[in-house]
Amino acid sequence: MELIQLGPWDLSVAAVLVLALAAISWRLRLGVEVQLLVAAIRSILQLLLIGLVLKTLFAQSNPILIAALSLLMLSIAGYEVMARQQRRFKGLWGVGIGSLSMFISSFSITILALKLVVQVEPWYTPQYLIPLLGMMLGNTMSGMSIALDNLTYNAWQQRGTIEAKLMLGWDWDHAISEIRRNALRAGLIPIINAMAAAGVVSLPGMMTGQILAGSPPLEAAKYQIMILLLIAVGTGLGAIFAVWVGSRRLFDQRQRLRLDRLR
Amino acid sequence: MASLTLIQFQSRILNPIDLVVAAGECVTLAGPSGCGKSLLLRALADLDAHSGEAMIGEQHQSTLPPPDWRKRVGMLPAESHWWADRVRDHFSSVDAELLEFLGFNTECLDWSIARLSSGERQRLSLARLLSGHPEALLLDEPTANLDEGSGRRLESLITTYRREHDTAVIWVSHDPKQRERIANRAFLIEGQTLRPETWS
Repeated sequence: MELIQLGPWDLSVAAVLVLALAAISWRLRLGVEVQLLVAAIRSILQLLLIGLVLKTLFAQSNPILIAALSLLMLSIAGYEVMARQQRRFKGLWGVGIGSLSMFISSFSITILALKLVVQVEPWYTPQYLIPLLGMMLGNTMSGMSIALDNLTYNAWQQRGTIEAKLMLGWDWDHAISEIRRNALRAGLIPIINAMAAAGVVSLPGMMTGQILAGSPPLEAAKYQIMILLLIAVGTGLGAIFAVWVGSRRLFDQRQRLRLDRLR
Repeated sequence: MASLTLIQFQSRILNPIDLVVAAGECVTLAGPSGCGKSLLLRALADLDAHSGEAMIGEQHQSTLPPPDWRKRVGMLPAESHWWADRVRDHFSSVDAELLEFLGFNTECLDWSIARLSSGERQRLSLARLLSGHPEALLLDEPTANLDEGSGRRLESLITTYRREHDTAVIWVSHDPKQRERIANRAFLIEGQTLRPETWS
């Protein structure tokens, strides 16, 4: 099966449909038409831009450029994790905890996958590295932001309980352990759901893409399995790290609950 | 049998305080809301940052790990917090004698927290604190949310306990009659300093 190329005409059909949806939203006074159009235009521009960037990157295969793009992706993901927190850490910690955890989990697991599983030469071949990393970051990002948000929000809500435990002489570790467990559980639910639904309820995006691009379905399935498993591990490790660092940061040297470190 | 000593102890709002609360002594604190009395107790429990030093017996606050300090200098907040469904899950050790002293028997451990009256809650919260055998007590308006009867009951239980165990107590209370009943020494917070309170 050959890859069927999409022309401007095919894309404008989809675009007109979005315009129609915006018109319906306006007619029904849903009030989301502006947001819808802005988001649609944003995604069109972002995707065209990354298409162009990747085209150049693939042509050059320059390690420095690849590293730069990877770091850019990481910092945007770190920012997104921070922006989704209702109560986030002040200062550099806000963006730092998420970014560092994603750096540790996503980067190490992507590199591991490229070296041991896919075994491309060199391992930083951008055709493999960038999409894999993107998928890792995109998915761990949501797990991480849910887990961190859950942690800080619940610590804020349950201040009285945490301090009651401290007053009884509990360690900080013990006093926050239940909130920490719940935060981790919440962070892991999306990927557990994704694994449970994979292939039965939903055909994951990557597999769909490969099939549309002409890959044999079984090959696409194998790649998808690898990706899902790696994402699960990445999200899990990243969330554990982020929640641990975050919960430690909620207390100071004298084991006082420091909600003033949140905003 | 330990005294609670404050050496140039400074919490937020208040000026540095030098004070020795002897073992078995009850010192009351009063003052308008927002004057910093609760903050002083929080700092003494090492829940808030502060400067200066506090001692329980011969032990300095700064040399003890915070959980050990908080076990020895127990704080009872005005409002008790509960995190599990059953009373039992909030106790690390069960002291039947103590529960009996506070007017419960061990059956109360199977009660559901949601069904406790405010008086029972506060007495169980005290039981929870006392089961760790603190040597000094910081009480932040422990009877403020109780009706007259349960308040008086809790008050006399604490006083009996203090005398029997020679516990040093700092008691924040807004009720002048209560202060007169319980205090060995009483202080008012005026401005940012402690002034002795007297009754005519």
